Amino acid sequence: MLLQQIITGISIGGIYALLATGYSLIYSLLDFSNWSHGEFAMIGAYVAIVFSNILGTPFLIAAVMGVIGGAAISFLSERFAYRRIRSNGAPNMFLMIAAMGLSNVFQQAANLIFTGQYRSYSFKLPVSTIKIGQAYIGVLDLISLGITAVILVVLIYLINKTKFGLDVRAIACNQKAARVLGIRVDQSIATVFLLAGSLAGTAGILYGMKYNVFPTMGNVGLKAFIASVIGGLGSVPGAIVGAVLLGVLETLVSAYISSSLRDFFSFALLIVLLLVKPSGLFGVDVQDKA
Amino acid sequence: MSKEITAPVLEMQNVEKHFGGVHAIDNFSVKIEQGQIHGLIGPNGAGKTTIFNNITGIYAPDSGKILFLGKDITGSSPHKVAQLGIGRTFQNIRLFSNLSVMENVIIASGMDATYNMPQALLHTKKYTEREKHLQDKAMNLLEIVGLQDKAGERANSLPYGHQRKLEIARAMALEPKLLLLDEPAAGMNADESKELVEFVRQIRDRFDITILMIEHHMDVVTNLCDYCTVLNFGKTIAVGTPAEVKSDPEVIRAYLGGT
Amino acid sequence: MVQVFNSINNAFCSFFGINSYVQGVIVLMCVNIIAVLGMSVLTGFTRLFSFGNAGFMSIGAYAVAILTVRYHVNFLIAIVLGAAFAGLVAYLLGSITLKLHGDYFLITCLGFGECVRVLFNYTKKLTGGSAGFPGIPNYSSMLFAVLCAVLAFFIAWRFIHSKYGRNLTSIRENELAAEAVGIDAFRYKRMSFTFSAIYAGWAGALYGGYLMYIVPASFNLAKSCELITTTVIGGLGSLTGSLFGAIIVTLLPEIFRGLANYRMLFYGIAVVLIIMFKPSGLYGYKEFSLKRFIANIKKLFSGRKAEAGKEGAK
Repeated sequence: MLLQQIITGISIGGIYALLATGYSLIYSLLDFSNWSHGEFAMIGAYVAIVFSNILGTPFLIAAVMGVIGGAAISFLSERFAYRRIRSNGAPNMFLMIAAMGLSNVFQQAANLIFTGQYRSYSFKLPVSTIKIGQAYIGVLDLISLGITAVILVVLIYLINKTKFGLDVRAIACNQKAARVLGIRVDQSIATVFLLAGSLAGTAGILYGMKYNVFPTMGNVGLKAFIASVIGGLGSVPGAIVGAVLLGVLETLVSAYISSSLRDFFSFALLIVLLLVKPSGLFGVDVQDKA
Repeated sequence: MSKEITAPVLEMQNVEKHFGGVHAIDNFSVKIEQGQIHGLIGPNGAGKTTIFNNITGIYAPDSGKILFLGKDITGSSPHKVAQLGIGRTFQNIRLFSNLSVMENVIIASGMDATYNMPQALLHTKKYTEREKHLQDKAMNLLEIVGLQDKAGERANSLPYGHQRKLEIARAMALEPKLLLLDEPAAGMNADESKELVEFVRQIRDRFDITILMIEHHMDVVTNLCDYCTVLNFGKTIAVGTPAEVKSDPEVIRAYLGGT
Repeated sequence: MVQVFNSINNAFCSFFGINSYVQGVIVLMCVNIIAVLGMSVLTGFTRLFSFGNAGFMSIGAYAVAILTVRYHVNFLIAIVLGAAFAGLVAYLLGSITLKLHGDYFLITCLGFGECVRVLFNYTKKLTGGSAGFPGIPNYSSMLFAVLCAVLAFFIAWRFIHSKYGRNLTSIRENELAAEAVGIDAFRYKRMSFTFSAIYAGWAGALYGGYLMYIVPASFNLAKSCELITTTVIGGLGSLTGSLFGAIIVTLLPEIFRGLANYRMLFYGIAVVLIIMFKPSGLYGYKEFSLKRFIANIKKLFSGRKAEAGKEGAK
């Protein structure tokens, strides 16, 4: 029973992690939490719905289109909104407000186009379970967990072992210096948005497979935001650890205490943790320099 | 001469500050007496601004003591240090950019605004009197720095030199006993820095304050400072009058690239 | 007491022929004005961002509901207590969370707002849970609401135009410099946070008295977002802007009923465009003044004339 809950928790945590790493990557570059990130997941999920349910393409193609959809909307948000606001030299709070505005726009647009109806993929989902000892574990959860794990390993490889990753880390350290050294800052930022958007799209499809697709599903981004704060804003490994912790905690609270108090416990954990560690688990303490 | 033996305005004893493995300041000591103008010089990264940040409480030193008029202020928070009477300017000017020139100065005289919330909401006599006083005081300070005609303009619309002056006026609104100037002549040409030297000396004489300043322009230091301390990589390499310091072999080495 | 107010209100409204629909719109407008003024002080003047103000609204609303219904407290006293209680909670919360930097503070506010909602849903005995809290006396008549909004604006105006507001603004402009001139940034941020929570509580109390029935779901994250949206549309750093913002945002969907569904879509687009092109909003960093307004109009016309003159000269 406990094992079963923990595996479900890790699987949900994996979906959070796909989004939370996006928050972290963007935060590490731009010092702002991209509030509309959860909507990228929602858009990815809907694009996949359009392809699989309306156009009738095989699920794999629909899923790829969903991922591209998430990446595209993320890239466009950066290219047409955030970049312009940054170039105004506006305080970071303005980026956050704009992200909130975008989030409203995407959610409302989805609501108007697709109505509030819950939709599920026409593709037949594996609903069977595997018995391990006493526990029954959903095949869907395992598939989702596997996909997530592969993607996260690739992501960590990209950041730590490639030229692109080095550029990103350099920009995160000191954007001005990186620019002076000839790193193409805007291009790298745009690439990060593409990457984060495609992870979000993947998360959206996995989430949609588990819980259906609906206009406000982007609120899952909030969970991912919490996870990235728990892990420490701007830290990719932190985001993954935070996401898994949060997923497991939520599942355990739902199973053993009360599902209606689930979010209460998540937020309480967050607030208590921040009081003990003001920059999250892996965050670096920021100090304003004179 | 002096009526009584008073503590130095600022005394720093063996102050140390590390960032990670880097010694930003290493065993720094200084004593500044009333009315002196003391210069802090040294190449970039020598730890000058870190010393300012330690005095003003932006960071607490790792060890050592900072005394202001004999009172231990080590590790006090920035606003407390300011309230005690240490005013400062910043290397990269930090004004309240979207506010008027006048408001910049009024905000800094906050300690004169002794009214409370009900008085502010009801506009009692005390409130109007105090607000009037703040306006007059701010205008007075703006006249001293020559910005009285710009009182209503937005701070960020001023030219660079005026912004520096406004920052000094703002620091003066605290009625400080010690004024910390972080590269006041940065970005100024020879004429402007000559004018600045005159201006800083006037302020010192008129308000009888003590000044600690970071400066790169050697001519400004020579013309203005009574004493100076030379830093290199966090270490004090020379102390003395500007003339003494200039002929110190180690200073010459540090400046002319011996390291 | 409630009856006295309501009968004056009814006499007034029947004399001027104001129907109950219009009265309702005006009450909701006043609720929004008060809540947005609180947000404006926090976000526009202090540059602190709170996704938790709907939570403070619900605290005010529930406190007043419980005091008036269960303990039969006079509604005026109940509103004062409810708003003060929201302020007290903010003061305590701020004491621990305002030490956190930027987004870390923001997420605790958001978390707080959501926690309050979940708790009100959960504590069924006290609040009626998700089924709601019925039977609140209808003290929010139009006249009373307008009176509250006027008073709220007056207090906010004097607060902002005293040393308190100046100190908040200095923190918005440059926190380090504010500290360097002796301003205790933490204390003033907490003051701003408390002020905004008191206003939110006040607005929540009026809202409860208008609907006579409250559910936790009305005070969700979307409500907090709406408050921020309205503040941004009105203009950061301007109380008059916030006032106009709240009026416009409440009235537009009533005027264009058919477009009500598109309401949040348009507001979202408006917010993004404003932040991109004119971050100070309608009246950012400036207060509306009739004098300047007239002067600007004159300038506009004389400018046109001058243009016309040039054209003519060609």
